[in-house]
Amino acid sequence: MSAKAVSCTIKSPVALQIGDAVSDSSRPGVYITDITLAEPVNIQEISFKNYYTAYVTVRLQRRQGGSAKWVTCLRNYCLMSNPHAEAGSHDYFSIYRHQMLTEPDSVTTVRLILRQPSSEWLNFSIEEINIYPCAKEDSERDVPAWISTLTPVEEPLDLNGLPDPETVSSSIQQMWALTEIMQASQTAASIGRFDVDGSYDVKLLSYT
Amino acid sequence: MMDESAELSVSITQIVQRLKGTHLHSQLEKQAKECLHKPEIKLETLKDDVRRLLKASGWERKLQNAVYRELHILPPPGHPRAPPEHTKEPLAYMRKAQVNWEKRILKSLNSMCTELGIPLARKRPVPEQNELTNKWNEMGTDEPDLSKFRPVYAPKDFLEVFVGLKNPNNERSEDLTVRSHWGLIQVSLNGRDIPQMREMYPELGLTYGQLGIDDHTHVPPDLFESEHIHIGKKVVSEQDSAAAQQYSRQGCPTGLRAQLWSLILNTTNDPEAITHYEQLKARVIHHDLLVDNLIYKDVKLTASNDDYYFVFEDYLYQVLLCFSRDTAVLEHFNYNCASPPKSCMQSKSGSEQCAVVYPPNGVIPFHGFSMYVAPLCFLYNEPSKLYSVFREMYIRYFFRLHSVSSHPSGIVSLCLQFERLLQTHLPQLFYHLREIGAQPLRIAFKWIVRAFSGYLSTDQLLLLWDRILGYDSLEIVAVLAAAVFAFRAENLMEVTSLASAEAVLADLSTLKVMPLLQIFLFATSV
Repeated sequence: MSAKAVSCTIKSPVALQIGDAVSDSSRPGVYITDITLAEPVNIQEISFKNYYTAYVTVRLQRRQGGSAKWVTCLRNYCLMSNPHAEAGSHDYFSIYRHQMLTEPDSVTTVRLILRQPSSEWLNFSIEEINIYPCAKEDSERDVPAWISTLTPVEEPLDLNGLPDPETVSSSIQQMWALTEIMQASQTAASIGRFDVDGSYDVKLLSYT
Repeated sequence: MMDESAELSVSITQIVQRLKGTHLHSQLEKQAKECLHKPEIKLETLKDDVRRLLKASGWERKLQNAVYRELHILPPPGHPRAPPEHTKEPLAYMRKAQVNWEKRILKSLNSMCTELGIPLARKRPVPEQNELTNKWNEMGTDEPDLSKFRPVYAPKDFLEVFVGLKNPNNERSEDLTVRSHWGLIQVSLNGRDIPQMREMYPELGLTYGQLGIDDHTHVPPDLFESEHIHIGKKVVSEQDSAAAQQYSRQGCPTGLRAQLWSLILNTTNDPEAITHYEQLKARVIHHDLLVDNLIYKDVKLTASNDDYYFVFEDYLYQVLLCFSRDTAVLEHFNYNCASPPKSCMQSKSGSEQCAVVYPPNGVIPFHGFSMYVAPLCFLYNEPSKLYSVFREMYIRYFFRLHSVSSHPSGIVSLCLQFERLLQTHLPQLFYHLREIGAQPLRIAFKWIVRAFSGYLSTDQLLLLWDRILGYDSLEIVAVLAAAVFAFRAENLMEVTSLASAEAVLADLSTLKVMPLLQIFLFATSV
């Protein structure tokens, strides 16, 4: 879950509107943002922060074989249940692999189509876009050679008057279990003192 | 979004963490140990047998009630990447407005403190401590000089903060167009309309019996009242929180209300609660706070002048002074976007500066604050019980009435809801009042901020608060405000100034709350 986001280039959003963008008084209701990835990625999660977008459609360009194909993986996903009201307008969202219509594998470009049908809002967009890859199955983190030779050969130990290691280790284990119980039973309840060492001479409130 | 099972396990972990180490936890452990002595316990089925015995003796119900209470105050689940302030309040411009408002309050309190030359807090000298201990039950007889103190803020100052709330991403023209909102609140929050509220509050409908309507003298009690009281007694004997909350939607009988509310809020009067209250009392004796004078002034100005509540003056001091020193209240800042005021203090050794919260509970009382407590005095006569119930009601509901937030039960949403209902269902009235310079919210705001305490007669107020508890929401307060305007619409259409509009709505003490709500919600044509 705490995988690092892949590096990507987020292009500035392009508005789709009929007529001249400059002279027309009405504001666009659709924006398209492209995100290009440095190399093909199997996407696990796309997370972002909303800013007044009502619906988002996600299209992916996948590189399969030699060709690149566009597929829609999420259609009109609702971010604001009432486009005229504030609910959901600033929320953080994550779109996971299992919510997508097609497998987001070998993705080279992600296209986000943002829609906001309400005329209440001056602007809308999506911010803080992060794309997280799937955890790799074939890990480069191979087990170092010296760990694999850990199991020791069973040899009778020469105790020399020392106590039997089995009994010692079992009593140590008991003590450890006791300390765990003690730690676990520490309460979340606070003691509730508001003074510091018995004094509570407050002079002025601070503005932070 | 996290999927549902992940969210559920997070909630369970949070609740378990909170309940660990509480008095209930140790009592349950003790009970479980005592169960072991019973003959019907078998070693093979130990877990199930102990569970069964705990269930039969009522302890499982107590645990259920405690979990139910925790669910009420659990902070909302947030996205893993969302910062904590976002989870409490997602809208950035509202957070900013709250921060600015808090700065103003701090400045006002600091300047009062400097002008009067009184420290914000000091330790009481021993003779003064003894005097206060002797006078504890009759603090109302004291007549300290409070003329120099003024309330830090009054509800109308707070209203101006909302009127000025503007979303930078929203363009509002000053003209009155078809699209515009006629009221003072110019933010677009979600609100329910009447059809949605009919689904939300079905128990207030015309086909359900209600206390406040069907217990009237000329309605035979067999039709509803006797049966309802009978069910109420059963709920109390079962000690079930959730059932009590559901029951309260149709009103609580006067004789059972105290127990039912205490069950819904899961406040017990066990020795732990009494000890806690005594500790708070000791803190009041030891330290004197500037805030205490604000409380005295507020009680003298509001509750003491009220025909219904002046007899409870001493109780109000006993509750509110202790409330200011209760650090357990700080927990509610986990889901309240407000922050408690802080101060830097030199530690006794003088070596370091530490930040302390002032007042210890983080809540600065405003003009009218004591009216949140006053109606409860009719239900509870033991100070520790009264205190527990008030504190729980504050951290569940009342705090939302004086902080800037987009929560559906927050004051901004309630005001907007009131204005929307009026504009939708009484457009002629709203237009007329607007034209004569009498914006309806300017009149209704003081009712909403106090949840009508001090404006309705007490029995009617308690019926209203039954429903606040029953539906776990303050929305009904906004609906009642609109219903009052609807009731007096004819008179209001004839007034020609703000002052005369206020005069028409000055006296609400004869109103009957439940018929007004029922007519507005279920008999208005949509």
